[in-house]
Amino acid sequence: MNSSHDTLPRAAIPGASVIARLSCMVVQPVLSRVVRRIAERHPSLFARLGPHQGTDFVIDPVELPFALHLRPDPEALVFRAVPRDALPAAGATIRGKFMLLLELVDSEEDGDAAFFSRDLDVTGDTEAVVRLRNALDDVDGSIAEETAEMFGPPGRAILARLRRAYPT
Amino acid sequence: MSLAELICPAGTPAALRTAVDAGADAVYCGFQDATNARNFPGLNFTPDELAASVAYAHDKGAKVLLALNTYPPAGKVDLWRQAADTGARLGVDAFIVADMGVADYIARTHPQVRLHLSVQAAASSPEAIRYYCENFGVKRVVLPRILTIPEIREIRKEIPCEIETFIFGNHGLMVEGRCSLTNYLTGQSTNMDGVCSPASDVEYRRHDDGSMSSQLAGFTIDCFGSDEKAGYPTICKGRYTAPHRTEGYYAFEEPISLNLSRLLPELIAAGVHAFKIEGRQRSKSYVRGVVSAFRQAVDDIRAGREANIADLVALTEGQKQTQGAFETKKWR
Repeated sequence: MNSSHDTLPRAAIPGASVIARLSCMVVQPVLSRVVRRIAERHPSLFARLGPHQGTDFVIDPVELPFALHLRPDPEALVFRAVPRDALPAAGATIRGKFMLLLELVDSEEDGDAAFFSRDLDVTGDTEAVVRLRNALDDVDGSIAEETAEMFGPPGRAILARLRRAYPT
Repeated sequence: MSLAELICPAGTPAALRTAVDAGADAVYCGFQDATNARNFPGLNFTPDELAASVAYAHDKGAKVLLALNTYPPAGKVDLWRQAADTGARLGVDAFIVADMGVADYIARTHPQVRLHLSVQAAASSPEAIRYYCENFGVKRVVLPRILTIPEIREIRKEIPCEIETFIFGNHGLMVEGRCSLTNYLTGQSTNMDGVCSPASDVEYRRHDDGSMSSQLAGFTIDCFGSDEKAGYPTICKGRYTAPHRTEGYYAFEEPISLNLSRLLPELIAAGVHAFKIEGRQRSKSYVRGVVSAFRQAVDDIRAGREANIADLVALTEGQKQTQGAFETKKWR
């Protein structure tokens, strides 16, 4: 796996800010639906998160035009796409390529190995990240496939296309 | 005769099911408290989760070993006794213990449950091992990773219990995990609190040049260049400068993992009964990959075939591996 991240400053790309905001608008309804569904189906996630249910996680897929803001509070779930120039103050930030992050969520990749290889960056509250990792790792099955299933054949097709586009 | 059992890690119920499905003969795990040496945030089992996990494992013919392998602080033994009582009630197949008081309590209170001596006890001589066998009925000893295979063969002849050795994973040899370094910096103890480098004390800092430094309790313990592989934020694998070593060097141990896949036939021939895969803090992906690889290798050896084990270096700390002292005392 290539360890060099896409570090090109987004603001330097003409129109990057507009693209980021439009992208966020497009994906936001999907994200909201996804996080509610995952929370309903996997309530044990929250026990493992413990005191970090209220932590603001920034999950940064480096090659996408936006980052993700997750606050896994079961009473007030937040999962939204955010332009990088409007990120909230993060309790913890997790940064890597999109497909790696997806595979980490699904336990197809090992987080420690990704960290050793420097494909994964972690900053901020390390305990929050460890709790989130362990909570997600205790989920049986694939969250990515559950998400795709929510959207039927188009969802499955998009996931398959994504996986083809990111050969591992 | 060597049973060549595969003893596999499980940090969560899902990891336990993954290990069992991947071919584990036994899985080891712990409660969400200081009674086990991987007392990490979000990891480990509630009693209800352990009950369901024991049922799952037993349905598939696998055993569950409960790690109670930390040391109770003076006068605070209740947590360990309660954990033992709960484990016995839930039907675990063995307790992995380090402390003599815990061993004594279990031997007296739950004599029907096997006792395994944790590597945390650091028993490495026939005399020490026999002491635990004679006084507490220990059935198996997990040997420290400081012995060569010929030494293991000799010990095997002189003790009345089974031998378990590590074959893959973390290579932290600070008197076999009985490390005081983390206590020195953080105030929390590997031996009594079950935490090595508590995550709440760890901080990673990314620098503009792409390098990353790791800090424990505010002290920088390593800095990795932009293209350099990283390791765990443990003091024992930190890199330091000294007046005579200004370039930075690993004062205790370097980030590296143990991998004895090539030595499996020799270990079986030496009479090792069980092989332990380290990594309760690792993901299901790690468990699936490592357990499957070693399951295949052990089955190949038992069937008289040459074992062709998968390349596991991507899962190793620092992406480096060693056969450590098992191959030669010159390893260090």
